[in-house]
Amino acid sequence: MSVDATLSFEEAMEKYDPVLGFEVHVELNTKTKMFSSAPNVFGDEPNTNVNEVDLGMPGVLPVVNKTAVESSIKIGLALNCKIAESCRFARKNYFYPDTPKNFQTSQYDEPIAYDGYLDIELEDGTVFRVEIERAHMEEDAGKLTHMGGAAGRIQGADYSLVDYNRSGVPLVEIVTKPIEGAGSRAPELAKAYVAAIREIVKNLGVSDARMERGNVRCDANVSLRPHGRERFGIRSETKNVNSLRAVEHAVRYEIQRHAAVLESGEPVIQETRHWHEDTRSTTSGRPKSDADDYRYFPEPDLVPVVASREWVEELRATLPEPPAERRKRLKEAWGYSDLEFRDVVNAGVMDSIEETIAAGASADVARKWWMGEIVGRAKVADVDPSELGVTPQVIVELNKLVEDGKINNKMATQVLDGVLAGEGTPAEIVEKRGLAVVSDDGPLLEAIDAALAAQPDVAEKIRGGKVQAIGAIVGGVMKATRGQADAGRVRELILQKLGVEG
Amino acid sequence: MTELKNELIRHSAADLAAKLASGDVSAVEVTQAHLDRIADVDGQVHAFLHVNTEEALAVAAEVDAARAAGGSAAEELHALAGVPIAVKDLIVTIGQPTTAGSKILEGWHSPYDATVVKKLRAAKMPILGKTNLDEFAMGSSTEHSAFGPTRNPWDLDRIPGGSGGGSAAAVAAFEAPLALGTDTGGSIRQPGAVTGTVGVKPTYGAVSRYGAIAMASSLDQIGPVSRTVLDSALLQEVIGGHDPFDSTSLTDPFTNLVSAARMGNVAGMKIGIVKELHGEGYQAGVENRFNESLQILKDAGAEIVEVSCPNLKYALGAYYLIMPSEVSSNLAKFDGVRFGLRVLPKDGPMTIERVMAATRAAGFGDEAKRRIILGTYALSAGYYDAYYGSAQKVRTLIQRDFDAAFAQADVLISPTAPTTAFKLGEKLDDPLAMYLNDVATIPANLAGIPGLSLPGGLADEDGLPVGIQLLAPAREDARLYRVGAVLESILEEKWGGPMLAQAPALGAAATTAGGSN
Repeated sequence: MSVDATLSFEEAMEKYDPVLGFEVHVELNTKTKMFSSAPNVFGDEPNTNVNEVDLGMPGVLPVVNKTAVESSIKIGLALNCKIAESCRFARKNYFYPDTPKNFQTSQYDEPIAYDGYLDIELEDGTVFRVEIERAHMEEDAGKLTHMGGAAGRIQGADYSLVDYNRSGVPLVEIVTKPIEGAGSRAPELAKAYVAAIREIVKNLGVSDARMERGNVRCDANVSLRPHGRERFGIRSETKNVNSLRAVEHAVRYEIQRHAAVLESGEPVIQETRHWHEDTRSTTSGRPKSDADDYRYFPEPDLVPVVASREWVEELRATLPEPPAERRKRLKEAWGYSDLEFRDVVNAGVMDSIEETIAAGASADVARKWWMGEIVGRAKVADVDPSELGVTPQVIVELNKLVEDGKINNKMATQVLDGVLAGEGTPAEIVEKRGLAVVSDDGPLLEAIDAALAAQPDVAEKIRGGKVQAIGAIVGGVMKATRGQADAGRVRELILQKLGVEG
Repeated sequence: MTELKNELIRHSAADLAAKLASGDVSAVEVTQAHLDRIADVDGQVHAFLHVNTEEALAVAAEVDAARAAGGSAAEELHALAGVPIAVKDLIVTIGQPTTAGSKILEGWHSPYDATVVKKLRAAKMPILGKTNLDEFAMGSSTEHSAFGPTRNPWDLDRIPGGSGGGSAAAVAAFEAPLALGTDTGGSIRQPGAVTGTVGVKPTYGAVSRYGAIAMASSLDQIGPVSRTVLDSALLQEVIGGHDPFDSTSLTDPFTNLVSAARMGNVAGMKIGIVKELHGEGYQAGVENRFNESLQILKDAGAEIVEVSCPNLKYALGAYYLIMPSEVSSNLAKFDGVRFGLRVLPKDGPMTIERVMAATRAAGFGDEAKRRIILGTYALSAGYYDAYYGSAQKVRTLIQRDFDAAFAQADVLISPTAPTTAFKLGEKLDDPLAMYLNDVATIPANLAGIPGLSLPGGLADEDGLPVGIQLLAPAREDARLYRVGAVLESILEEKWGGPMLAQAPALGAAATTAGGSN
């Protein structure tokens, strides 16, 4: 694989102005597929979540999934789009074995949502408006796995396996207008844009939004033009950039590569590019011209989708608060510093903290537990903090046990481990593990007697006024009680016992 | 008393239903009589691609058992339970092969039943088998079947029409009292006309298309084939109704068809002659029979008016752009990857594209290829507006023409086809001449309106059947049955019986058919 020349990013920026464009595919989490009653489930045995419609058997007909239409309208509304009163599906014709009918049922000149925008907040608070051209409904293709040959590509493969479970999964494709004026912040904007889309569809509840599962997939278009020129340069389209970091890196790389091509006096080739995470670079895919002929025509097996204004307004009324606005509100309400709040957001525990506060904890307590204890454990377990198994109720209960003096902070972390080990509720674990702070003096006095008897010389020193020697006795008591004693109280009792003034 | 089997097969479906209900005959006897008839004559006619003996008899036996059990089991039987039927091999069935008349599907068994087949099963109508057709329903003669042509029972050297020549010939040859067809540009009505049978293309959406292998989705419609108007009405009521699996299916119930066929009155109705659908280009004998039918309807109290649909002159052109465009996309799935025929390229690299190409080259016949190529071209970038786009505009104009015509007339009337049955091979090398045969039937598909063809007598010059076509506004299928039944009864009175009684006996088999016990 030949390595393309690149210019440094700074040099590229000095000479050129990047123009971006994104096509983001969002898989909807409907129960069934876009056009059939087969289940829409990820990760099952290949070719089990299919029926005759998904397999494109002779004679089958599609039926539009109403929930998918609702989800699409919600996405359109969240992206400030207009919603078409009536729109049609179209057939995109091309022969490829991941598409069982050899056409994809999509939308062409009549997308369900169009003319929207999304305000993207960059890390330093700069807000950048991205114009949305359209969001349209379509079906996903099956998944091909090419066996043998090089690099998992169909070219040169010995054979290919196809799994049609994904065939017919509802998709919404969100297409931006050309994004101009991002300048050197283009890579950062790219990442922030895809992150915002991901957040919006997750917040709407219409997609699981897990990029590692392909729920959100991004094709990134990049072109460069010399500063001051209006006409766009020739673009490349980097396909399937499927993590936020990769989006940023891919845009940065393509800017550097384009700059080097332009510097050499060559024209940029209009083509698709493949992103390689390992080398953080792209390689040439297939040439893509605007003349790719998919012979689109209106899908004759489906009637137009009619979205009455009443229905649209009903859906608008159900929309949750937009994520950016919500963040602003929560930060203010919780009184976190900029840094604290950013850490909470980046750790992905904002929702959990909100729920914990709603369950009765203070903002600081909620942050202390989630950021101080749970995030670290989640990292070790390699799961999402919210999926570790800690409920807001557990935290509220733990905190109450500490505040009531029933357990100390050190014990509380042990109780948390117990909860995670499935040993029961915090109260049950305190009971079972015998972790309560010992406040009954009886057992303490016994332990003190034993400790004094074990170290008679130290006892003698204390009696003689060398109170600082008491540490050895306290240590012995703490050891005997496995740390459950309140060290302050132990000290008091020892002094009492020995008749010494503290 | 058990009738002779060769008499049993001559009964209409309605008569058979009555005899079954009264216990005069058993469903097994009726079904066996038709299976025997198929065994006797289908060697000559070749209406069937597959005969479903075992299952048909089993279903018939179920009907007999239910009737013998009496009580609710007998009461719940559908009126047509035990009346056998043939199914065009474009409609998928579990338990029998479905070929669409194409090599590319040879040996394929559908894993699911078409909605209409489910309805036949629910009504316990024994399915006798699958009938021959032009490949993927593309043709007007069944000569484009990959499995050999069907022959016209009136003259075995002539075509039975197409694409549903198998269903029409089966009914005309008394191999089945009823059959299912599909009509995209006349594939039910034109075979009905040239075989002296009744065929109906219901309103688009009146019968579910789920499980009918698509030729042109916006034009295709499943419908009944029978020997009487009443029988078609009975069958459309069985197969019709809304289907959640077909988004284009209508929610109208269409439950008034049988009563319309039994009404028998056209007094005061306005019947419109479509100026553009007769006269020049129509065989003289066809025109004569058509004029005779007009006179009969007039005598029966109908008012005959003339209407004009000027845009019908563009119908054939528009049809041959829209239909192949949809064909090119609908037939893309036949690629050898998931089902049916797979042909590997003889030499050169074994790539997916080359396997698909070799499969399609070997699996499709010339007419299918012709339409795929035509449609691919019509949808291509730069040509779409001029071809597909313009054709859709014509389609709208034709719909408006019909709207205007139906403002002046309750029902429209025309010959079904411009000629009687032509000779096998006569038009095989001239696709345009073949296409012209559908000039009078295509407009109904473009407009989505219902059409019925019924026997109008024999042409003077060749003694072959002439079909009369009735057209009604969308959702007004009942009007076709009402007018059709009146015309049928007066004509039959004039002929002294059904027109098919005049058909020549089929070979040696005709004298011995069903003669055993």
